[in-house]
Amino acid sequence: MSEKTYLQAISDGLREEMRRDQRVFVIGEDVGVYGGAFKVTLGFQEEFGAWRVIDAPLSETAIVGGCTGAAIMGMRPVAEMQFADFISCAWDQLVTVAAKQRWRAGTPVPITVRLPSGGGFSGGPFHSQNPESSFAHIPGLKVICPATPEDAKGLLASAIQDPNPCLYFEHKHLYRRIKAEVPDERYETPFGKARVHQEGDDLTVITWGAMVYTAEEAAAQLDGDGVSVEILDLRTLIPWDKQAVLESARKTSKVLVLHEDTHTGGFGGEIAATIAEEAFEDLDAPVKRITAPDSPVPFSPPLEKAFIPQVDDVVAGLRDLAEY
Amino acid sequence: MSTETAVDVVMPQMGVSVSEGTITKWLKSEGDQVEADEPLLEISTDKVDTEVPSPATGTLTQIVVQEGETVEVGAKLAQIGGTGSAEPAEAAPAEEAPASATAQAAAESAAASGAEGETPAPEPVAEAPSAAPAPAGDGAADGKSFVSPVVARIASEHGVDPAQVQGTGRGGRVTKKDILGFIEQGAPAAAPEAPPTPPEREPAPTPPAPPPPAPAAEPAVPQPVGAAEGEQFEPMNAMRRGIAEHMRRSLDTAAHVTSAIEVDMSKVVAIRKKLKPEYQKAYGINVTYLAFVARATVETLRDYPWINGEIRGEQIVTRNYVNLGFAVELADGKGLIVPVLKHAEGLNLLGIARGVVDIAQRARDKKLSPDDVQGGTFTITNPGGYGTFHGTPVISQPQAAILGTYAVVKRPWVIEDDRGEDVIAIRPIMNLTLTYDHRLVDGALAGRFLRDLREKLQTWDESAY
Repeated sequence: MSEKTYLQAISDGLREEMRRDQRVFVIGEDVGVYGGAFKVTLGFQEEFGAWRVIDAPLSETAIVGGCTGAAIMGMRPVAEMQFADFISCAWDQLVTVAAKQRWRAGTPVPITVRLPSGGGFSGGPFHSQNPESSFAHIPGLKVICPATPEDAKGLLASAIQDPNPCLYFEHKHLYRRIKAEVPDERYETPFGKARVHQEGDDLTVITWGAMVYTAEEAAAQLDGDGVSVEILDLRTLIPWDKQAVLESARKTSKVLVLHEDTHTGGFGGEIAATIAEEAFEDLDAPVKRITAPDSPVPFSPPLEKAFIPQVDDVVAGLRDLAEY
Repeated sequence: MSTETAVDVVMPQMGVSVSEGTITKWLKSEGDQVEADEPLLEISTDKVDTEVPSPATGTLTQIVVQEGETVEVGAKLAQIGGTGSAEPAEAAPAEEAPASATAQAAAESAAASGAEGETPAPEPVAEAPSAAPAPAGDGAADGKSFVSPVVARIASEHGVDPAQVQGTGRGGRVTKKDILGFIEQGAPAAAPEAPPTPPEREPAPTPPAPPPPAPAAEPAVPQPVGAAEGEQFEPMNAMRRGIAEHMRRSLDTAAHVTSAIEVDMSKVVAIRKKLKPEYQKAYGINVTYLAFVARATVETLRDYPWINGEIRGEQIVTRNYVNLGFAVELADGKGLIVPVLKHAEGLNLLGIARGVVDIAQRARDKKLSPDDVQGGTFTITNPGGYGTFHGTPVISQPQAAILGTYAVVKRPWVIEDDRGEDVIAIRPIMNLTLTYDHRLVDGALAGRFLRDLREKLQTWDESAY
């Protein structure tokens, strides 16, 4: 074990997969010479050469399309979108081709697309989004949202080895802010297994990504009220750990779903609906959602703060549920 | 920007994810004159190495962070203008002011745009997550009556009535914790789903309603919370719980409406005065006004089968008999039971008088059999014994109506004398109320029933009864 930042864990995990599996290669804008916009692939081109760490032209369509072709031919490409927001350019390759290939032709498409996502740094509307729910809706894609350095490494290994197209959302706000112990050896963190970030009896927060820490800070403020909060980190949205969610919902009977993505059509709606369908008789309060409002991410720092769910918002939501 | 006042040079935010930076080189020294936008120092972050331009024109009065040091984004690196180290205290508020002004302006602009409604971009911002309205259950006033799914399930699994539980949720709502705590403290089993029944009898008599779980032998006393000063607790017995449940269920089931009528009881009073000693002597029976009213009611019901009827599912039930229930107060004054006089249509005045005496006595002696309290088709309640002249009784389910009889009171009454003149006479007047389930019985029907009943009492034909 050694302490690593979230970003370092991603970088180390990716390097390890490239070292052990010759089929793995990296492609993206500025991933080679520059070492990536966030320096995840710093030093990769020196170690693996320009044919395995490919600087792509400014075309997400070409990057994902090229990866899809290479994957069909037996490679294990890892694409980097400089920002998750830019993946909309690659929608057609990803959704129409990669996601459906297995059903259409029976060939697996083992690609991993790394998506630096999330706001909090005044990145504005094009550099701050959390578009995970858009892809959770597409059958054939897997959606991964690690929150801890350990999961970042283990889930990346799983994504690269998975035979399906995997969207790996790495939250920018966690890159250098979050440091934790990461096992030195190689390991794979399984998809569809939620992580209990903290145990509690009175309320459940279901969340993922950077919001795990927002929930943790909020829950700490409720300690004083004698309200104990369970925080479930989903880790992956497709597949998602329905069983763990329902178990926790049955235990506490009061559930808050928290995400940084916008409200309408956000994945929180899917979770709330599933709880209503399958754990209705265990609910003691309506399932509550705290999300960003339905607007693009504002650039202005105070407005962005108002947009992204803050600790105080979650505290208020938890109190409301506790008092219900 | 040229300045006499102090301006801070801070570690800039060099990228979305960058949280800190390292000073690699100062390009100016303390005391140097610098121009706005002139390169001042070099920094290195995770992402980039870059020069930082001076934010103002003036003298570099103080360097706070030395070469090689790493500091957080926003940390003060140096100061331009002012008088040096003494200044920061003043400089800080100067920095804050515009920041909060900006925030306020932003908030105002957000609010203003929100009000316009049509503006696409800022409008949703006005509904920041914290401002999201609380979901259902906000209606504090009726919070107690809302039973959440989990509370309903636990209540049904343990046979507990949530209404018995002290709620601590919003508006007094019973929460999952409340009901679990209540059960842990030894909640009583559910009250029998029946009209008030004799507590000692086994099995508990039940009307056609679905059979309830049998009441626990002697249920533990629930004490969800301690008594406040001046309060005392007393356990609710099975009968009281049964009454409570039945009354509530009746009001939740039937559309209760009450109509009243005044009856001149002169003729009944006269006949009773004559019969009373005769019946007493011959049969040992005290014939009461109630017996007269009951007898007249049974006769009247023959013409009003719906008032003697019942709604059962989608069907209306009518009968060719009358099983007449009488509400009887128990001896201790802490309960009520409704024994039934079966086939009252076959009883004359004496038979009814005798039947009423018999069931009332057995009710007070707790000697009723389950059969005695089942199968009623119509009920009479007589709260007039204490002088009350009006009331709105609750229908005994699943019946369609209940008759209330009240005190016979001497009142000035306008009548016609032999010559057809209006005169005021003293007459014994009794009010009768019919409380009926408007789902089945309409007001006009109830009115005609009361009119006919009054007619029978006012023109009592001794030979016919």
